[in-house]
Amino acid sequence: MNLFEKIKHNVKSFLLWELLVGMSLTGRYFFRKKITIMYPEEKTPVSARFRGLHALRRYPSGEERCIACKLCEAVCPALAITIEAEPRKEDGSRRTTLYEIDLFKCIYCGFCEESCPVDSIVETNLSNYHFEHRGENIMTKQKLLAIGDKYEESIARDRANDAPFR
Amino acid sequence: MWEKELINLVWIVVKIIIILIPILLAVAYLTYVERRVIGYMQCRIGPNRVGFMGLLQPIADAMKLLFKEIIIPAPSNRYLFIIAPILSFAPAIFVWSVIPFSQGLVLANINAGLLFVLAATSLGVYGVLVAGWASNSKYAFFGGMRAAAQIVSYEIAMGFALVGVLLAAGSMNLTTIVEHQTGGLWHWYWLPLFPLFIVYWIAGVAETNRAPFDMAEGESEIVAGFHVEYSAIAFAVFFLAEYANMILIASLATLMFLGGWLSPFQGIPVLGPALAFVPGLIWFIAKVGFFLLLYLWIRATFPRYRYDQVMRLGWKILIPVTLVWIVVVAFMVKLNLPPWFAG
Amino acid sequence: MTIPHIIEQVVFYFSAIMVVISGIMVIAQRNPVRGALALVLAFVFSAVLWILLESEFLALALIFVYVGAVMTLFLFVVMMLDMDIEPMKRNFVRYLPIGLFISVLVLAFMIYVVAPEHFGLSKYAKPLHASAAYSNVKELGHVLYTKFVYPFELAAVLLLVAMVSAISLALPVVRERKLQNPAEQVMVKREDRIRLVNVPSEKRID
Repeated sequence: MNLFEKIKHNVKSFLLWELLVGMSLTGRYFFRKKITIMYPEEKTPVSARFRGLHALRRYPSGEERCIACKLCEAVCPALAITIEAEPRKEDGSRRTTLYEIDLFKCIYCGFCEESCPVDSIVETNLSNYHFEHRGENIMTKQKLLAIGDKYEESIARDRANDAPFR
Repeated sequence: MWEKELINLVWIVVKIIIILIPILLAVAYLTYVERRVIGYMQCRIGPNRVGFMGLLQPIADAMKLLFKEIIIPAPSNRYLFIIAPILSFAPAIFVWSVIPFSQGLVLANINAGLLFVLAATSLGVYGVLVAGWASNSKYAFFGGMRAAAQIVSYEIAMGFALVGVLLAAGSMNLTTIVEHQTGGLWHWYWLPLFPLFIVYWIAGVAETNRAPFDMAEGESEIVAGFHVEYSAIAFAVFFLAEYANMILIASLATLMFLGGWLSPFQGIPVLGPALAFVPGLIWFIAKVGFFLLLYLWIRATFPRYRYDQVMRLGWKILIPVTLVWIVVVAFMVKLNLPPWFAG
Repeated sequence: MTIPHIIEQVVFYFSAIMVVISGIMVIAQRNPVRGALALVLAFVFSAVLWILLESEFLALALIFVYVGAVMTLFLFVVMMLDMDIEPMKRNFVRYLPIGLFISVLVLAFMIYVVAPEHFGLSKYAKPLHASAAYSNVKELGHVLYTKFVYPFELAAVLLLVAMVSAISLALPVVRERKLQNPAEQVMVKREDRIRLVNVPSEKRID
């Protein structure tokens, strides 16, 4: 660094030049358009592939899709899924008697959804839910089916949108 | 006889309350303005939910902190731990007794006003220091140590900057200092004392432990520094003290370098008489507001200094600059340089 | 007795008592930090006494210099001390006679110097109440730079010498440590540290 540059640097630093440049930048940003989204009223768009709360789906006939193949239980890296199965009384078809997902263990990787041969277990795009009591983190089969029934429309739409890329 | 004096006494107490309440309100709303301004500078909008435009946010925060539990760590030094927030808050409040808000609008117009202010602000460090030590926590201790070293270093630069003002005005009375600056924007002391003005401002930011000199807090290094063990209202009192000190430094800068309550358009042909109706208090508040905005602007812009750089800036740059400029000011005063010292 | 007079009396006696109490606390506290804080308290109350004597410059300078700067640095050091009280108390009885002797000596000196016949109201009259316009600072400056200019400058030189010698003692003779130079660090530009290289991508061979 030669003498001239040193003098220039010293003059600049005594005039607080770089500080003023920095402050002019923040000063300009003060008047920029704000990017804040007012959350409950406004929401950012959610991808069709978003992996949120789980659900169990049914066929249009009302028959539950799950055939208790236990692939999801086997693939689950967090061991969050517990399944017990036995033949159903009425028709002897293979069904689950217990299907539970521990949401505290779940890492929302989506492997269960990918492994499911009948598109039964899915992850919906629901991202805001909470528990108020101990034990509510265990999603039982009834709760999962209820979520599936309630959001079937959006679940089916998301699957259809994503189908060409699968 | 004694009734008259009693009334006088009560009147003083009333005056204290009249000064205190707006200051506490200003402190509360400074926190709100800070969050909004810094939010705006980061392309956010800041708190806007509680009340219209979020205007009730400070009150909500205060309520929350009031109803929380004060946790006193078991190995802490109990009494000092509780006294520390008061120690930092009290000096930040009682200094206001000598600050003239407008012509004659001052609680105690004492001769050594400037020295009183300096003495009182130098007391503020004890709160931080005692809090850091009494918490018996490593982070708090680091914060206290940093604050002590920093404030001692910058107090010298600040004191020298004020010596320049003393030389220029020839008085320690804050009202007299302002009166010496009569006559519009170009007659204020910020022009002849420009380097001292800058040094004073930097030292003031450092003295109040604000970004980029918030070494005592240093969230990224020592969690929250000296108040890491404090919760609830004790924590809030530290914050009150910090913001009251900010307003104090801003008003002192106004009084000493920007002509206090004087109108900037004095002596200008058309604007001067046209704006003469504006009371001095409004000008004072506007100028203080400008400095407070500068505080927030600086905080939104600069990253925290490294500790050795803080010390270098204080000892090796600010103090020599003030020493040189005091000599220059002395010459200017001796030569009766117009328009500032021609009198 | 008017109300301001009563208040003055109350403030005086309160501060005087507090100076004595905090002075005792300085030596009675086991914890050195508390002792130092008691000293701060003593300074503050002596400043109050000085203000009652209408020497506001000295009072505020006492707070500004001693409380604000000196005691802060002192506390800084004391807080860092890892003090073990036990070994210090071990030889208490052994050193008690010499300690007593010295304290009696100091007390005798004090009584001799400050006793009424040397320092009483008959020797030094009670200072008069000055008017509100009286500027303590001006008077002090006047005396310092005319009558006492020689001792004043001498004291300043003495302090400067002490400062220079303290710094030269603290400076290491041989510079073996690696020190950062912030001046150089802030001068560094992007070009000094980063070299942008344009590496052509490999051609695919079919």
